[in-house]
Amino acid sequence: MKIFSYYEHKIILLSLIFFVGLNLQAQKLDSPILRTAKDTSREKMSMDAVYNRPFLKMGNSPLAVGGYLEANSLYTSENGISEGLSFEARLFTIFMSASITKRIKFLSELEFENGTKEIAIEFAAMDVSFHPMLNFRGGVMMNPIGAFNQNHDGPIWEFVERPTMANQLLPATWSNAGFGLYGKTNKGNWIIGYEAYLTNGFDNSIIDNEEGKTFLLATKDNPDRFASNNSGNPLLTGKIAIKNRNVGELGLSYMGGIYNNFEDGGLTLDNKRRLHVFALDFNTTINTMGTYIVGEYTFIMVDVPLTYTQQYGNKQQGFFIDLVQPIIRRKILDWEKASLNIAARLDYVDWNLGTFKETNTNIGDDLWAITPSIGFRPSSQTVFRLNYRYQWQKDILSNPPTRTAAWLFGFSTYF
Amino acid sequence: MPNHFIRFAETNLVMKKKVKGLCGIFLFVLFSIACEKTMPILIEENELLDGPIEGLSTEEQVQFLKGDEFFNDDIFTIEKGLGPIFNAVSCASCHAGDGKGHPFIRFTRFGQSDTISGNQFLNFGGPQLQNRAIPGYEPEQLPANAAFTNLLAPAVTGLGFLDAVSDADVIALADPNDADGDGISGRPHWNYIPNYVQLRPNSISQNGQYITRFGKKGAAYDLLHQTSGAYNQDMGITSLFEPIDTYSGLEFDPEVASQTVHDVVFYLKTLKAPLRRDEGAPDVMAGEQLFSQIKCASCHTPTLQTGFSSIDVLSYKEFYPFTDLLLHDMGSGLDDGYTEGKALSSEWKTPALWGLGLSKDAQGGNYFLLHDGRATSIEDAILFHGGEAEQSKINYTLLSDIQKGQLIKFLESL
Repeated sequence: MKIFSYYEHKIILLSLIFFVGLNLQAQKLDSPILRTAKDTSREKMSMDAVYNRPFLKMGNSPLAVGGYLEANSLYTSENGISEGLSFEARLFTIFMSASITKRIKFLSELEFENGTKEIAIEFAAMDVSFHPMLNFRGGVMMNPIGAFNQNHDGPIWEFVERPTMANQLLPATWSNAGFGLYGKTNKGNWIIGYEAYLTNGFDNSIIDNEEGKTFLLATKDNPDRFASNNSGNPLLTGKIAIKNRNVGELGLSYMGGIYNNFEDGGLTLDNKRRLHVFALDFNTTINTMGTYIVGEYTFIMVDVPLTYTQQYGNKQQGFFIDLVQPIIRRKILDWEKASLNIAARLDYVDWNLGTFKETNTNIGDDLWAITPSIGFRPSSQTVFRLNYRYQWQKDILSNPPTRTAAWLFGFSTYF
Repeated sequence: MPNHFIRFAETNLVMKKKVKGLCGIFLFVLFSIACEKTMPILIEENELLDGPIEGLSTEEQVQFLKGDEFFNDDIFTIEKGLGPIFNAVSCASCHAGDGKGHPFIRFTRFGQSDTISGNQFLNFGGPQLQNRAIPGYEPEQLPANAAFTNLLAPAVTGLGFLDAVSDADVIALADPNDADGDGISGRPHWNYIPNYVQLRPNSISQNGQYITRFGKKGAAYDLLHQTSGAYNQDMGITSLFEPIDTYSGLEFDPEVASQTVHDVVFYLKTLKAPLRRDEGAPDVMAGEQLFSQIKCASCHTPTLQTGFSSIDVLSYKEFYPFTDLLLHDMGSGLDDGYTEGKALSSEWKTPALWGLGLSKDAQGGNYFLLHDGRATSIEDAILFHGGEAEQSKINYTLLSDIQKGQLIKFLESL
């Protein structure tokens, strides 16, 4: 879906040329442009991910720019029938930040998915800091449901595909217009942070879409979500996260509100229908082995009219867990801090939890997948990934699953 | 040797190692991509209900794929015209994997109890109860005192073959007055047909009525009639063929293009006939003999022949559906008091048995057989038979357990 007009596309194109030029400048040794490294200290939490990225900065200019690019090849086979080899220009993302004053800053993120198939402003917000525990954020922001939505940059991950739960159950990189507060404090080894926002919300498409299932992602197709609120009632998104520097981070988040257009012109069209999304996320590193573990679980409840079809479920759940094990960390070729990682991901999503009223048998519509991976990082900002994904997906009746396997090879790099 | 030569030689060695390493990675990637063993195995054709008839031309395959997409992937939304009252949001909702329906989308037809007075409840939402509604609307309620029956969608494989059987062949199978005295008196369903259908070659008419053959009561003339009705009654989608909105009763602009309907009809016509499995197994062969011995084959006719079809691969072909396309009195146990067209309420069209063994793979791992899915096993379905099939049922009960097992194995091989 194209959100931008012809003229907006031109402005974007000119901006791209500017950013690419700036990046090339930064590669010259005598350039005044500096690369600000990503902060890898253990102070950072998932909520800091939007600012914790490598940026290019020119001298004392308050403006910094950055971005990342992802591309890959894909060879899939479904039930033994292959669609052949494809190449995907999966993501091209540009971010730009500016320190307006000491306590006011701005950040934006523009994403091009599959070329220009989907262009979206993921983030364009102003932050005002009153106190570390009290910061104001307003504009277009990513609803902090789970950790992946906050921390989704491709180069961070060992896998070409985003987690199915984050991409097909929750709307990945789901952002909205709104306002809110966030803050963080620490004591000893402990850090605690919170976020709370009121934004525009979902719409009727979550239970009326061409997927034929309750599908929160469908709402991303609504270009009006940055301009008006379908239900007229704000969506509340809140998250509390706690981190122990020696143990890891645990986050608990909630997103909920009325999703449907229940009245129009003063006339009641339907009951108020709510959705509730709960997410639990964690990440930790086992220091002795360097093993990194990250995972997320989501449970969704949607008020689907009883007179509607059971094809649209009123309860959903899903999780993913990634295990990443560094194998080699040393100079490889001319790369000083190269590393080779092996990793594995387990994906599970159930779009329709429950049993059929008529037969009391399980409603299917679920998916399991495992993805082993080998990743090579010439630097912390670039990753080459070879993934093999094997997936079992059942239809609503729980008929024998469709088996899909895929080889994916690609790269993702900040620039 | 000068130092810079040594350094060059060392550098060259390192470079070679690097190149070898990169080649190794590249070959690994190539090997991985080429390695078909990492991919799911191809499912045997005889394990699947769906798929096209072999021998379609390139143009026909293109149209098959279009129809496949509309049938299986086209989900109707409110914007696309769904409802406002409906039973299902897509064709595949009722025919998952082109198989039989599941009780969660069991639908109800009501309003007609005899062959003379027609449907008395057309002004009350008949003939089909749309028991689902989009948000903000209320679904239909079954009117009090209306005769009704519950139905599950049939499998849709091999329909092109059934469509291409000539009227003369159907009539030849009939024995309406039981002239041969075997207790079985199948008759064609003579019925009025809508003006948008195209008569099949050498069509036979009787008092302005034609032989209809699709649907549980065999009340639909052809696949266009059946498909247009399903778009309209099941999904609340109007078409040029069935333009009356089920909710308002008013004529609407088409919500589905005629070409789309034709593509779906073509898809249904060119779905392959289900292929048999374990055909030569001794138990299966013994079961096949028992099937004839106990007179199941008197209605479930194993072999039929197509006449002329505009689709070459369907013309003049012998095929094995195990139906005679005739109406039979199935007794009081299966008489729900509701009927369609000129069928009696106790009469049902003989369902094709091909694909029976694969049914449960499209019904969530369980059998839901007979018109409303009341039978949850093949044996259950046999035991629900009555009327003209009463003697066959009795014959079945008199078989030994081994023989019953053989008969079931034969039916599962279809």
